[in-house]
Amino acid sequence: MTSTTSTTPTTGQAGAIRTYLGLELNRLLRDRRSMLLTFLLPPLFFLIFRSSAAYQDITAGTGTNALAYVMVSMALYGALTVVTSGAAGVAAERAQGWTRQLRVTPLSPWSYVLVKVLASMTLGAVAVVLTFVVGRYGGAEMPLATWIACGLIAVCGSFVFAAFGLFMGYLLPAGNLVQVLSPIVLLLSFAGGLIVPVSADSWFAGIAPLVPTYGVAELVRAPLAGGGVPQVAVVNAVAWAAIFVAGAVWRFRRDTARM
Amino acid sequence: MTSTSSPALEARGLVKEFRGPGGAVRAVDGLDLVIRTGEVVAFLGPNGAGKTTTIDMMLGLAEPTSGIVRVFGKEPAGAVADGQVAAVLQTGGLLRDLTVRETVELTAALFGRTRPARPFLERAGIAELAGRRVGKLSGGQQQRLRFAMALVAEPDLLLLDEPTTGMDVAGRREFWGAIRNDAAAGRTVVFATHYLDEASTYADRLVLVSHGRIVADGAAAEVMALASTDNLEDAFVALTTDERAAR
Ligand SMILES: Nc1ncnc2c1ncn2[C@@H]1O[C@H](COP(=O)(O)OP(=O)(O)O)[C@@H](O)[C@H]1O
Ligand SMILES: [Mg+2]
Repeated sequence: MTSTTSTTPTTGQAGAIRTYLGLELNRLLRDRRSMLLTFLLPPLFFLIFRSSAAYQDITAGTGTNALAYVMVSMALYGALTVVTSGAAGVAAERAQGWTRQLRVTPLSPWSYVLVKVLASMTLGAVAVVLTFVVGRYGGAEMPLATWIACGLIAVCGSFVFAAFGLFMGYLLPAGNLVQVLSPIVLLLSFAGGLIVPVSADSWFAGIAPLVPTYGVAELVRAPLAGGGVPQVAVVNAVAWAAIFVAGAVWRFRRDTARM
Repeated sequence: MTSTSSPALEARGLVKEFRGPGGAVRAVDGLDLVIRTGEVVAFLGPNGAGKTTTIDMMLGLAEPTSGIVRVFGKEPAGAVADGQVAAVLQTGGLLRDLTVRETVELTAALFGRTRPARPFLERAGIAELAGRRVGKLSGGQQQRLRFAMALVAEPDLLLLDEPTTGMDVAGRREFWGAIRNDAAAGRTVVFATHYLDEASTYADRLVLVSHGRIVADGAAAEVMALASTDNLEDAFVALTTDERAAR
């Protein structure tokens, strides 16, 4: 019945990560809250904002309409919300002593972080796809290559907020952290011009480029206009990603430090 | 592979201080201990004796203030990374929204084990709870789950911190039956407890700890002889109180 390490088949760190990732996705999918955020909110936002006046004078590239602009923006907003709350889940797991328990298993703490980020971003990708489906039937039009480019940028760009969620999850106590973060992401999305475009003459226009959502918002919509990639957006996205990653690493190190 | 030349556990001059508002608290105060592979050892001591702190250092969860601790001749973190050690911690360590089966299967995967979870659930007596959410388990059932997690890890060294707290009598008996079974197959087991009967019935060796120091170390008969009594409880009280008086 019993055997020692030497005779037991093992699968190694990669196998552990795969199994954990599968379970983590399962967990997220049966959590009602994350389901609502993922599957209802972004398409709902698309339906709400599709007729917003702010979008009417968008200049779109050939074969692309203003609805596509709304759809892509909402898909990114959905991904950011989902990814933030998924990654911030580390707070509750720390509170339950789970991360401490993991430290007495061979799983490295970095692998745990990887699992959390990959699972959140996968769910974020689901939010993007769903919003695209609703958008497609809701009248959004753009060339196939643009669909693909926007989708990929949204998914990759959500990494910035996975790092944000992790940072917050390691920084703050669990409590109702996730419930607090969702409105914050919404606020940031408004401030960064993701929900409704910032018009050049509003006082907002000055600060919007500094907001963490601004960079990814501009990047995800860049393929729509067919023009180049705005440099300030790249700087914004990279800088915020670096800041959030640094913050998460700092807190993570402290969390896993031996007392 | 476990090196046969290294003891399962070795502590030399182990000290752990915590900084508190009223100055430093010495939770572990110069512990010397060697545990050979295959031994079943009980850490016995009153609350606050330093049992948990010692186990935390053996697991690499806490850094010694001074002294060394080695597990199979390695740094504790190394032995943990190699899957040689598993632990039942005194508190927490479970995710409420996972099911019992998921928790055990994940633990198996984290240790790189590919065996099915079922037999381990049976040995821990929670096979019929496999589909239940962890948050819905009673304290004793959670303790059985922690035990199943430790079993499925199939470690060479098992560290248990008050493992039967909250378990009913039948649970305890099954628990220790399974532990003895594994020990017979060569597994080293170290457990902290303040149940004297548990310690004397199931351990080969009792390590009596008081104020972070070892005050007695040996079989139950030896510990009782040390205190010149034939009652383990009397010995426990005498040895742990003497220590206090000596300070
Ligand atoms: N994190 C900590 N900070 C300060 N003091 C601590 C900490 N952990 C334990 N102690 C103190 O160290 C001593 C030993 O505690 P512990 O190892 O938990 O004892 P036991 O497990 O034997 O009951 C106690 O006096 C306890 O208050
Ligand atoms: Mg304790």
